Amino acid sequence: MTDTLTQPAIEDRQEERRRRIALVASKGTLDQAYPPLILATTAASLGWEAGVYFTFYGLDIIHNDRLESLKVASLANPAGPIQLPNLLGALPGATAAATKIMKKWMRDARMPTVPEFIEMAQGLEVRFFACSTTMGVMGVEEGDLIKGCEIAGAAAFLDFAADADVQLFV
Amino acid sequence: MTSQYAKVSDERVDVELDCSEVLCPLPVYRASLALGQMSPGQVLKLITTDPGALEDIPALARQTGNVLLGVEREETRQLFWIEKAVRS
Repeated sequence: MTDTLTQPAIEDRQEERRRRIALVASKGTLDQAYPPLILATTAASLGWEAGVYFTFYGLDIIHNDRLESLKVASLANPAGPIQLPNLLGALPGATAAATKIMKKWMRDARMPTVPEFIEMAQGLEVRFFACSTTMGVMGVEEGDLIKGCEIAGAAAFLDFAADADVQLFV
Repeated sequence: MTSQYAKVSDERVDVELDCSEVLCPLPVYRASLALGQMSPGQVLKLITTDPGALEDIPALARQTGNVLLGVEREETRQLFWIEKAVRS
């Protein structure tokens, strides 16, 4: 009975509940690393709880050895920084060129780098979930990932996402 | 959209934050950090050049409960005055 006295009414608790966003980051290219990090950082800036589930190639975004060297695909990327027919886009150096151009665009626009966005997001307590299945499939160990990641399977992420106001897959 | 706001005197400003030349999400991110450091009732003046800020900063105010006191749109920049709410 004492619980009913100390707990606020359900309406009150709902009003106090912070909004929440649950994002899935499934791509490991430089251009696709930005949207989930930007949205998570923005949501946290709005006072929301934010969590990003890094799965499949998206795991590279929080991989110590890979997050600094994410690339932009020059092949099968018609909207990419270099407009090449696929035949030429497959040439050695094309991906490096596309990546270099994207990084210059970002730098010129004073956009933070991916590692900087990760730092901003973690500074705002955005939760980073690392997909345990991807880790198993790709042979990634906990020590390979940046600090502060939570290793989670799909059920744990869905448990977080079920109470989210916004859920997005990137 | 500026007409719905009264002119805010610079005397009311406690913190000024220049977010010129940076794009979304940096104005919102930096404004949020600044507001987090401020006391209730204090006023933040924010300067932006990203035209998206005209929608983003009101959204920040709505989502955080802080009060957008004023908006001014100049040719190349936007000015915002936000009062830190008691609870945000």
